Amino acid sequence: MSKKGTQKSSTGNLKKLPKDLLLKMHDLMVKSRVLEERLIKIYKAGDAYFWIGAPGEEAWGVPLGLQVKKGHGPSFDYLHMHYRATPTLIAMGMPMVDSIRLIMNKVTDPNTGGRNFSNHYCIPQWNVVPITSPIEVQYLMALGTAHVQKRHNKKSLSVITGGDAGTAEGDFASCLVWASRKGQELPMLITVQNNRWGISTPFEGQHGETNIADRAKAFNIRSRVINGNDPVESYIAIKEETEYIRKTGKPSFIEAHLSRLYGHSSASGANFVGTEYDCVREFETQLLKAGFLKESEAKKIWADYEQQGIDAQQIVRGEGAPTPESVWEHIYDGSENADWRKF
Amino acid sequence: MANMAQAIRMALHYGETHLAVKDIFGQDVGAPLGGVFTATQGLKNSWNTPLDERGIIGMAMGIALTGERCVAEIQFCDYIFNTIDLLKIAGNTNWCSNGQYPMPLTLMTPVGAGIRGSIYHSHSFDAWASKLAGWKVVMPSTPLDAYGLLLSAIEDPNPVLFMKPKALMRVRGEELIPGEPSEEKELKAMIDAPIGDRSKWKAKWPQLEKYLVPIGKAKITRPGEQITVVSYGRHLLVCNEVADQLKQEGLSVEVIDLRSIYPYDWQTVKASIQKTGRALFVNEDTEVTNFAEHLAYRATQELFYHLMAPPRVLAGKQLPGIGLHPNLEDNSVPQKHEIENAIRNIIAEVP
Repeated sequence: MSKKGTQKSSTGNLKKLPKDLLLKMHDLMVKSRVLEERLIKIYKAGDAYFWIGAPGEEAWGVPLGLQVKKGHGPSFDYLHMHYRATPTLIAMGMPMVDSIRLIMNKVTDPNTGGRNFSNHYCIPQWNVVPITSPIEVQYLMALGTAHVQKRHNKKSLSVITGGDAGTAEGDFASCLVWASRKGQELPMLITVQNNRWGISTPFEGQHGETNIADRAKAFNIRSRVINGNDPVESYIAIKEETEYIRKTGKPSFIEAHLSRLYGHSSASGANFVGTEYDCVREFETQLLKAGFLKESEAKKIWADYEQQGIDAQQIVRGEGAPTPESVWEHIYDGSENADWRKF
Repeated sequence: MANMAQAIRMALHYGETHLAVKDIFGQDVGAPLGGVFTATQGLKNSWNTPLDERGIIGMAMGIALTGERCVAEIQFCDYIFNTIDLLKIAGNTNWCSNGQYPMPLTLMTPVGAGIRGSIYHSHSFDAWASKLAGWKVVMPSTPLDAYGLLLSAIEDPNPVLFMKPKALMRVRGEELIPGEPSEEKELKAMIDAPIGDRSKWKAKWPQLEKYLVPIGKAKITRPGEQITVVSYGRHLLVCNEVADQLKQEGLSVEVIDLRSIYPYDWQTVKASIQKTGRALFVNEDTEVTNFAEHLAYRATQELFYHLMAPPRVLAGKQLPGIGLHPNLEDNSVPQKHEIENAIRNIIAEVP
């Protein structure tokens, strides 16, 4: 079947990375996919109000998560992501159960305490700043973390992810302006995941430029367009660009073409789109063909993660909900009173 | 005595030397101008940004996410409106992250009319700001309070909006800032940038001391018995003037400088209204869904049986802008005679 709008990956690319890394990426990509499909099932079972996520972005997100300088504070990388961040965070080590706690709005949700949608992660110990529903604002906030990182000079950088449609916002242009000022360049990996959709509107209805990455060129920002459906190509591009940023302190730009496999969100049905290229299944086929993976091993990986997801969901079902009065907590730091009735 | 611009400048200097403020930024905030009202002249950590309000707020939020302290400026609040969703996010980030990501930033912006600033240099923002949950919102009326509120804002772990009443930027106070030389000329020679070439000029800062005005604490500026007048910013000084004038006639007006719009000092306001039985709330933001309406509502709900007259709000008229001609501006925002008339009318009301 011909796959619409997205690029295929090439088996020849497998030679470019060590076998153990390829297998690790495959394992994490499967884990992320299984988790996202579990989240969709949770939504469809009525255990969550909304789903939005990242199936189709595994070949981009996993290689990114594997190469992040993970830690807390300006000496480590900051991640300013959008709501398709599961593959990156799975690759960084996020337990599946925490993503399920988030979508099920449990008090145990370590990201938001039951306050926000699925995929709106927040993990301070890894510099994952809160993901917001308003698109593109992350491109602005990353300027501040990168500015501080430049001052600390520890070869850390700020990563931004976002969709193609969001680049119509002025914040995208602001990011390019501020990141590229001569002598004040900021250490940022600015990226766009181009799935060629903005909710229901196709790319052609929103863009006139040939490549979004071309806009970075106008600001003298090094930029490239990659096949984000190929984990090997993604891995190598991210490696090269992060090395460049850490070495020079200057920004770099990657536009990754990839798929959107379950539509925008549960608002559009969250059903599998068979006409899009499935990076996890295709990568697995390549590994099988290359003899790096046996079919039985592949099946076991899928089955094990499926069971992990089921077990995690069972655990979360038994966990508590946030209390009504907790709405007053954390409006101010330390839960200082913000209720005017008590002033 | 320092004027408010000098007081803000000294607070920022104290902030960068004692409170770990590493970035003070905005349009024309750095050298050579040092701010359109000169409030950021001579600072070592001040710098100029692109002409991009959203970029300025985003930069401040990012710095705050790292835990570092910064002070950002939007040159006039008239130009802050395209950042309103970012301000909302700055206010809700700690809450959305369940307390994991405080947003310790200070945002300064000049507000209000009074300098013949025309349509886009005369806006107010206090009513809008009061709806930004998660923010603290302050506005000084004196240089000393500007100094103390700004230091409190910088120390606060939450986003704080520090509104500068632009018509008061050249107004001097009656109290010295701790460490300020007593001679105005001496202070000017030390910290005011010279006219012309400033490339080799450096400020000589006085040995400033820490002085905090707690956020959420009002101040009674004129004690009185017959009516409570609550205001802030430039209109506070007008209310003081009216109170002094009416005192000559034997009318006793209590004036409260709210200083903090959110969180606000209800206990001081409440105690005063319980004493006087009458209340007038004065500010220059537009009158419909004005912050003072919240205070008047609360006074009515909680103090109804103490009241001798309905609480009243005197605010800017519900207009699209402040017209430049004095006839237009003066008929748009509360004037001294209107405050005086309102006070007289409320005092004259008999239940």
